[in-house]
Amino acid sequence: MSTTQRPTDSAADTLAIDAGFVAGLLRDFIADGIRKVGFERVVVGLSGGVDSSLVTSLAVSSIGAANVVALFMPYRTSDPQSAIDAYAVCDSLGVAAETIDITAQVDEYFERFPDADRTRRGNKMARERMSILYDQSMAQRALVLGTSNKTELLLGYGTLFGDTASALNPIGDLYKTQVFELARALDLPQSVLTKPPSADLWAGQSDEEELGIRYAVIDQILHLLVDQRRSRSEVIAHGFTAADVDWVDTRVRGSQYKRRPPVIAKLSSRTIDREFRYPRDWGR
Amino acid sequence: MVLERSRTGVRPDQEVVPGATGADPLEAPAPEPDPAGSIVVALAQCYPRLGDVATNLSTHLTVIRDAAAQNAGLVVFPELSMTGYFLKDQVPDVAMRLDSAEIVALRDASGAANIDVVVGFILESDSHRFYNASMYLSAGEVVHVHRKVYLPTYGLFDEQRYVAAGNRFRAFDAPLGGHTRRPWRAGILICEDLWHPSAAALLARQGVDLFICPSASPGSGVLQGEALGTARSYDVMTRTYAQLFTGYVAYCNRTGFEDGVGFWGGSRVVGPLGTVLGALPGAAETVLFHTLERSELRRARVTYPLLRDERNDVNDAETDRLRRRHPRD
Repeated sequence: MSTTQRPTDSAADTLAIDAGFVAGLLRDFIADGIRKVGFERVVVGLSGGVDSSLVTSLAVSSIGAANVVALFMPYRTSDPQSAIDAYAVCDSLGVAAETIDITAQVDEYFERFPDADRTRRGNKMARERMSILYDQSMAQRALVLGTSNKTELLLGYGTLFGDTASALNPIGDLYKTQVFELARALDLPQSVLTKPPSADLWAGQSDEEELGIRYAVIDQILHLLVDQRRSRSEVIAHGFTAADVDWVDTRVRGSQYKRRPPVIAKLSSRTIDREFRYPRDWGR
Repeated sequence: MVLERSRTGVRPDQEVVPGATGADPLEAPAPEPDPAGSIVVALAQCYPRLGDVATNLSTHLTVIRDAAAQNAGLVVFPELSMTGYFLKDQVPDVAMRLDSAEIVALRDASGAANIDVVVGFILESDSHRFYNASMYLSAGEVVHVHRKVYLPTYGLFDEQRYVAAGNRFRAFDAPLGGHTRRPWRAGILICEDLWHPSAAALLARQGVDLFICPSASPGSGVLQGEALGTARSYDVMTRTYAQLFTGYVAYCNRTGFEDGVGFWGGSRVVGPLGTVLGALPGAAETVLFHTLERSELRRARVTYPLLRDERNDVNDAETDRLRRRHPRD
């Protein structure tokens, strides 16, 4: 699979955003979302990566640092640099970060399943973090902000009911390269902007090595397929390899279940989300 | 809600920050009613609360009073201003009839404050059909009701699932609060109606001076260098219709969020030469005031007698021919 594909200029142009406008809209989105449920605070799982750092920054500029609970939840194999970066983000934003180490609760479980592979362990870590975020949500009356970007969501590159779980996701309609663009515009710490994206399940892990294609290429293919509704042959005509286009397309189709609520067996005449349709903001 | 007074020449991108100018807009000198044909229009760019008719009614009554205090002859509220937009199965729950208590309260307010009002709501018919409607109130009476004809059911829209479509575009005489010697011809186009130029053309053929365009347009399509694709589309449409039909366009879009979808505001008045005369720069809850001049309509139609030259006979003949040849189209 090619990792040296040069994106075409015309496709790159379409991913460009007006960072100031987008940041303003997302700040309003956060403030509106918490007001509607009667909360005043948010809680964010801060990893030291660009996605959660950006979300924390947007939240601080939206509702103030005092209303943002930033939780750093490392595992014993997390890269030590992550803690440095997470605290650098919090220092720059004036947020008091709290660390909750998840090693004990994860390791205790896997003592029963010592042969569990990295995927199972990674999923477990993501779900432990989710359970902590939702507990703190209740304890501190703080809404859980999501940190999954559009690239991850479309590829299914996340853990169901784990890192993809949240109440409000400000960056779920921004591709990874757009997340970087916005993070640069908001002056996040340099180390956050320059280090390779990683799920940080172990030191040295790299998203792009795992995925096998650079985000710059994935995002342009996704943008053409999803946003521009281009056909496979049209995307290839833009200069992308058939292998890369097919890989992206297969990932998107194969992960649809992660983007939908659980399937309900239809029995009654008014089944939830089929005939029973109300907005999420119903009564808010 | 902030009150913003606009005059010809106000830059559309001018920031509206409450109190930033040091002058309370409420204290700005109010124009006197002009028998020669000036009319102050207020565009109430508000944030309707989804399904909360009582709160929305309260907001409407406050804005109506404030706008009247500014000598406005007409205040326009956005599409579905009384109910919010993404109602889904709430449509029957929030539907109103013309004799519903909330509508009566709005009619009474227009009469008491001597100001005409355009308000958006779900209208329930005698046969229990539900319409996305906007009505024009004056002196305590319902002057006109427009049922949205074009119901978008694509992309993020699903209107045809929940409401019935209107089937007419009718112009009417708008008293404008009695602030002018004679009424202006007006017509209402609700949001998606604007995307069909035949709708505006039908109103223009009926002599419309003022296109009243309530809207609940969601922001979509983040672009480099300019805010949103939808905002650009409405900029093109409102300026085009104003210029080609040599009339005023009063476009009132809502603001706020529903299920994460942000409504981009950008309410505006476009003059009969296609110039944006006043516009709100973003999605703040603000009332935009602008003075419309009968003399501007005259000047535009002297300069560009497009309505005089319109070949309705050719249009009718060609339409008849097409209808005979392609009856299903």
